[in-house]
Amino acid sequence: MSSNQRTTRPITTGTSVVGLVYDGGVLLAADTLLSYGSMAKSFNTPRLYSIEDRILVGASGEYSDLQEIIAKVKALALEESTTSSMESIYVERKLPAKSLWNYLRAVMYQKRSKQNPYWNDVVVAGYDEQTSKPFLGTIDKLGTTLQENLVATGFGAYLAMPLLREKWRPDLNEGEARALLEDCMKVLFYRDCRASARIQLAKCTSEGCIVSEPYDLDHSSGWNAPSMVRATGDLDGDRGS
Amino acid sequence: MASSGSGYDLSSSTFSPDGRIFQVEYATKAVENAGPVLGIKCSNGVVLGCAKPINHKMVVATTGSYKRIHTCDTHIGCASTGFLPDARVLVQRLVEESADWQEQYGSKIPPGVLGERLGTYAHYFTLHGALRPFGAAAVIAGYDPDTKECSLQLLEPNGAPYMYYGVATGKGKQAAKTELEKLNLHKAPILAEDAVKQILRILYLLHAEQKDAKPIEIELSWICEASGWTHQGVPKDLLKTSQEWAKEQLEQEEEEGNGRRLN
Repeated sequence: MSSNQRTTRPITTGTSVVGLVYDGGVLLAADTLLSYGSMAKSFNTPRLYSIEDRILVGASGEYSDLQEIIAKVKALALEESTTSSMESIYVERKLPAKSLWNYLRAVMYQKRSKQNPYWNDVVVAGYDEQTSKPFLGTIDKLGTTLQENLVATGFGAYLAMPLLREKWRPDLNEGEARALLEDCMKVLFYRDCRASARIQLAKCTSEGCIVSEPYDLDHSSGWNAPSMVRATGDLDGDRGS
Repeated sequence: MASSGSGYDLSSSTFSPDGRIFQVEYATKAVENAGPVLGIKCSNGVVLGCAKPINHKMVVATTGSYKRIHTCDTHIGCASTGFLPDARVLVQRLVEESADWQEQYGSKIPPGVLGERLGTYAHYFTLHGALRPFGAAAVIAGYDPDTKECSLQLLEPNGAPYMYYGVATGKGKQAAKTELEKLNLHKAPILAEDAVKQILRILYLLHAEQKDAKPIEIELSWICEASGWTHQGVPKDLLKTSQEWAKEQLEQEEEEGNGRRLN
């Protein structure tokens, strides 16, 4: 292996992160399963992080790369708060989610341009205090950024996105948003072999960010779902409920 | 100074025959001429305070361009005095050392270790003929999240980072030390809220005793439960009531003093 040879396959991975903007905030969801190839490695590992209780970062893909990204992000946030306190002991300049998103774009693009990408698709969520609007954006492993009202990485881009597009409205309230995301996570659990029913939700509003403890989705109706008994082959199926 | 012209003060790499390093002593002098800095280790936290002389009427003293207390990590604060550009280098070093520790060990740097590291750094500048010592002192307030202990350290230009119960440096440090000793901090630590008052009282006292003193601006910060064990500016309302208390206290003391003189 030449010194230039890079790892081109993720080993320990997390699957989809799904997120949406609702009326007054952003909600993210991700399951807590870490896979080792096709095997389940760890069942209770969070992939959604709250940075200084103001910004949410979550990612699918290689978990060690995600840990490195989070360490970088935390160091950046700390640097921002220590150097900004140069302004006044009372003025805390906080890193906006959008700036962090852009910073990660630079990091991801630089890495991929060296043929050595962080093997992650990253979701950044926050609340822009200047415009009083929620922020939701993604960066993929090539450094492509998208700012959207709906995001889904990994398998979720195929399985959850159609559901989100159909059901999402800008005036969704928090409860509806949560129900929609749980629906998506359920579908992902049923159809994505690297997904689990143990998930976390994370919310970002003008009040700050909260990441929930991992909890189990109710999937007791499980494989009795009509489409499992008799596949409809149509998106108008059962949504896994 | 007696040492001038003897040739032993040209470099910090040279000892004088009686075992002194004059360049380091001169650096200490630079600290003694700059605005005072005080720190008190309390029963429930640690408090830093400094008085910034406003040497020019038009300088914007309330912003960071002229700032003497810095947050170096969430749990580390530093009040500096002396030659301020030198002090900023020390602060920058504290920021870097803290961030490095976090990067390497994934935890907050213990304040004692940080002080030692800054000491090693500053000391290096007293060893080489091509370098000059820092003309600045740093009072470091820290909280150790592991032991849940607060600490107070003073780093002097010679590179010694000692721990203190209460410490003063900069202009009027002798008077300030005397006042701190009266508080008996090493035997009966006081509350952070009271330390805020005492620091203000001492800073105002130093200012009043100084001849043709320039106006001053006060900076005060703390680490305590109220600040979530992070380094923060003392809340402005508490600062205001404490300032009033301190001024009243000094007026009273002055009246009593005058009375005594009359008797």
